[in-house]
Amino acid sequence: MVYWIALGAAGVAIPLERAVHARVFFTLGTLGGLLLTGVGLAGLSGWPQSAVLGLGLPDLPFHVRIDPLSSFFLLLLGAAGAAVSAFSAEYFQRGGGGEIRLVCLLYHVFLAAMTMVLIADDAYLFMLAWETMALASYFLVITDHRIAEIRRAGFIYFLVAHLGAIAILLAFGLLQLGQWDYTFEAMRNTSLGTQWSAAVFVLALIGFGAKAGFLPLHVWLPEAHPAAPSPVSALMSGVMLKTAIYGFLRVSFDLLQNQVWWWGVVALAVGLATAFYGAVFAALQTDMKRLLAYSSIENIGIVLAGAGLALVFHAYGMDLLAALALAATLLHCLNHALFKTLLFLATGAVMHATSQRSLGKLGGLIRRMPWVAGLALIGTLAIAGLPPLNGFVSEWLLFQSFLLSPSLPNSYLNMFIPIGTALLALAVALSSYVMVKFFGIVFLGLPREESLHEAHDIGLAARIAMGWLALWCVLIGLAPVLFLRTLDPVFQTLVGTGLRDSLARSNWTFLTAVAPEQASYSALAFLLVIVLVIVIVAMLLRRWFPVDRRRAPAWDCGFGKLDARMQDSAEGYGQPVKQIFQVFLRLERHHPSPFDRQPRYHSRIEDPVWERLYLPVARGVERLASIIGAVQHGRIAIYLVYSFVTLLLLLVVIL
Amino acid sequence: MSSPFVGQVIDLLAALMLLIAFAMLAQRRLLRLIHLFALQGAVLTLNTMVVAVTLVQSHLWFSVALNLVLKVIVLPMILIRVVNRLGLRRDAESVGNLPFIMLVAVVLVILSFNVALPISRLAGTITRGTLGIAMASMLIAFLMMITRRKAVAQVVGFLAMENALFFAATSATYGMPMVVELGIALDVLVGTFIFGIFFFQIRETFDSLDTRSLERLGGRE
Repeated sequence: MVYWIALGAAGVAIPLERAVHARVFFTLGTLGGLLLTGVGLAGLSGWPQSAVLGLGLPDLPFHVRIDPLSSFFLLLLGAAGAAVSAFSAEYFQRGGGGEIRLVCLLYHVFLAAMTMVLIADDAYLFMLAWETMALASYFLVITDHRIAEIRRAGFIYFLVAHLGAIAILLAFGLLQLGQWDYTFEAMRNTSLGTQWSAAVFVLALIGFGAKAGFLPLHVWLPEAHPAAPSPVSALMSGVMLKTAIYGFLRVSFDLLQNQVWWWGVVALAVGLATAFYGAVFAALQTDMKRLLAYSSIENIGIVLAGAGLALVFHAYGMDLLAALALAATLLHCLNHALFKTLLFLATGAVMHATSQRSLGKLGGLIRRMPWVAGLALIGTLAIAGLPPLNGFVSEWLLFQSFLLSPSLPNSYLNMFIPIGTALLALAVALSSYVMVKFFGIVFLGLPREESLHEAHDIGLAARIAMGWLALWCVLIGLAPVLFLRTLDPVFQTLVGTGLRDSLARSNWTFLTAVAPEQASYSALAFLLVIVLVIVIVAMLLRRWFPVDRRRAPAWDCGFGKLDARMQDSAEGYGQPVKQIFQVFLRLERHHPSPFDRQPRYHSRIEDPVWERLYLPVARGVERLASIIGAVQHGRIAIYLVYSFVTLLLLLVVIL
Repeated sequence: MSSPFVGQVIDLLAALMLLIAFAMLAQRRLLRLIHLFALQGAVLTLNTMVVAVTLVQSHLWFSVALNLVLKVIVLPMILIRVVNRLGLRRDAESVGNLPFIMLVAVVLVILSFNVALPISRLAGTITRGTLGIAMASMLIAFLMMITRRKAVAQVVGFLAMENALFFAATSATYGMPMVVELGIALDVLVGTFIFGIFFFQIRETFDSLDTRSLERLGGRE
C-alpha cells in the first residue's frame, strides 16, 4: 500500500516523457500487485494478524488487521491489479485521457485506498480509505473532463457514492452503540438488539449496495464505466465492486452477531432482481462498455444472491450449507474480478485500435487482433459460465446450494427459493446469450467499417496482462478443489464451518458439493469429453465430406455479393430479448415506413428506474428547493434584516 | 478618583456613543460618515482609558492602544483613501424615509434598555449602566447596514457594530480576554482590506458601488 502511494507520488514528482513515464511507473505498479497476490495467498492460511499504526489522529490510531477474508480479497485485488497495471503501462503510453502524471497518481492512490479498505480494522480508517477510494475513482472517471457527458457520468457516480457513504457511516455509528470505540474488535464484541442489528444490516445493504450496484442504486455503473478509461473501468468493475461485497460480508457476517433469516431473504431477493435486471439490459446494449457494465450488475447480483443464501443458511444454523453458498459467492467474486477485468482490458485494446465503442461499428477483428480475440474468447467463455472454465464452477456451486435449500426448516422459503433458482438460471442463461453477442459482433464476421482494417494487435505488456488473467480463469476452472481448499479458512472465520470435510472426500479432480451421491463435477472430465467430441466430429466430417475447404459465395438470394451490412447486428441480435422483456423496459422506437427510400430505424432504451424512482425524487428536491428559494431574494439588506430580526427575537425571548 | 465622578464621565461618554450612532444613521455623506466613525472610535478609546485608569487594569491599556491605532487612525484612513480613489468625496445617498428610520432606532434603544436591565443588575462593574447603550448602538449600526445601499456605508456600519460590541464588552466585563480582542481586531483589519478590494471589483464589474447590482442571484433573472 505504502509502495503504491510512494509510486504515485514519485509519478507526480518525476516528469518524464509520456511513453517512458507510463512504462516505468505502471510496470512498477504491476510488481506491487504481484506482491499483494503473494500476501493474500499467504494470509489465507495464516492466523489473523493485527497491528496498530502510529498514523491517524491523536487518540485515534489506525488499526489494521489481515484475516482470511481480507486476505482473499487482497489476493483478488493483487491478481487483477497486477494485470491492469501491466496493461496500463501500454495503454497510457498512447495518449487518450488527461495528464499522465495525474492519472498515475490517482491510479496508484486508488489501488492503495482499496488495499486500505481491505485491511482496515476500525471504522475510522475504513471510512477514510473508502472515501479516498471513491474520490480517486471519481477523478479517474472524469479523466476526459472536457466532455460534458463524462462530467455528468462522474457526477452521478459521485452522488450515489456519497449516498452510500452516508449509509455506511450510519451503520458504523449504530454498530458501536454508545461505546465510542470504533474498532471492529469492539464492534464484534457488542451484541446489538434485534432491531438495531436489522437497521445496521439494511444500512449496510444500502451503503455497500450503492458502490456495488444493487438494483435501485446501480444507475451509475452504466454511465461511469463507458466514461472512464478502460483500465480504470476494469479496476472499478473488477475490484472496486468487490470491495463493496467485502464490506457487506464483513458487516453482515463478522461484525453483526445474530443473523436473522429474513436478512438473507432480502439480500437474496435484491440479488436476484439485480442479476435478472442486469442480464436483460446487457442483452440490449449496443455499446460494448455499457454492455459489460450491465453484465457487472448481473454478476454482482449473483454474488449478492449467494451471500443472501449463505445468510439464510447461517441464520438457521446450517453452517455447512452456508459455507457452500459462501464458497460460491467468494469464488464468483474472484472469477468475476478475473474475467471482467480481462474483458474490459479487451475492450480497451479494441477501443485503442479502432477508437470505436459502438458494437454497430465493429466486427471481424479476430483477423486483425488475434491475441485480443483469443484471450477475450477465454474471458467470454468463462463469464458465460461454460465448463471447463472458472465461471462454471462458481455458478455450479451456487446452484448446488440453491438446490439444497429444501432442507430449510421454513416452508415459505422452501416454496420461494426454487422460483429464485429459476430466475437465477434465467439470468445466467441470458448472460451467456449476452456474451455470444459481445464476442460475435466484435470479433467475428466482416468489419463493419472501413477503418477497422487498420486495427493493430496489442503489444507484449498487454498480452502478458491479459494472458495472466486468462491463465487464472483456466486454472481455477480446471482445479477448483485445490483452490477451494486454500479458501477454507475464510469459511471457517465467517460461518464457523469449513468445507474441509466434503472437500477431503473428493480428490482434486472431482469437485463435490456436499455428498458425492448427489452431485459432483470434474472439469478434467468435461474437458476430456469436449476435446473427444470435437475430435470425433472433426474426424467424422473428414470421412463423410472428404473435400478440401473451398470458398464459395453463400446463398445470396440473387442480390449478388454479401456485404458487412447484411450481418446480424447488435440490435438485431438483441431483438428477441427486447420483445420478450418489453414489460421491464422503457422503449422508444421509430420504425421507417415501407415506402421510405432511405429507411432509418432508431430505438432508445431507457432504464425505467430513472423514470420511476430517480426523477420523482429529483423533482421533489427541486420543489422543496424552490420553496426554500422563496426566502432568498439576493438583496443584501433583506439578509441583514433576517439576522437583525433573529437577533431581536432572541434578545426578547431569552432575556 | 472618586467613583461617582468616574461613573458620570463614563455615562457621558456612553451618551456620546449613542448620539454618534444616531448621527451616523442619519448622515448621508460618506466622508462625514467616516469622520463620525473615527469620532466614535475616539470616544470609545477615551472610555476604555477612563476605565483603565480607574481600575488599574493593565490589559485594558492594550485595548486602548489597539483602539486608538486601528479605529481612530488606520481604518478611517483606509476608508477615506478608498473614497478618494473611487471619487466618492461628494457622494451622498438617499437613505429613504429618514424620520421613520429614526423612530425605529428609538424603539430599538428602548428595547435594548429593557433587555439589558437584568444583565446590568447582575454585573458588578462600574460601567454597568452603559450596557443598554452599547446594545442600542450595536442595533442602530445594524439598522444602518440594512438601510444603506452603498457598499462603503455598509462597511462603516459593520465597523460601527464592532465598536459597539467592544463597548459592550468593556461595560459588562471590563473587556474581552486579550486573545479574543486581538483576534477581533485582526479580523476587522483584514475584513476592511477585503472590503476595499471588493469595492474596486464591484466598481469595475458594475460601474457602481450600489449593492443592488449584486442582487441578481445565479439562475434568477
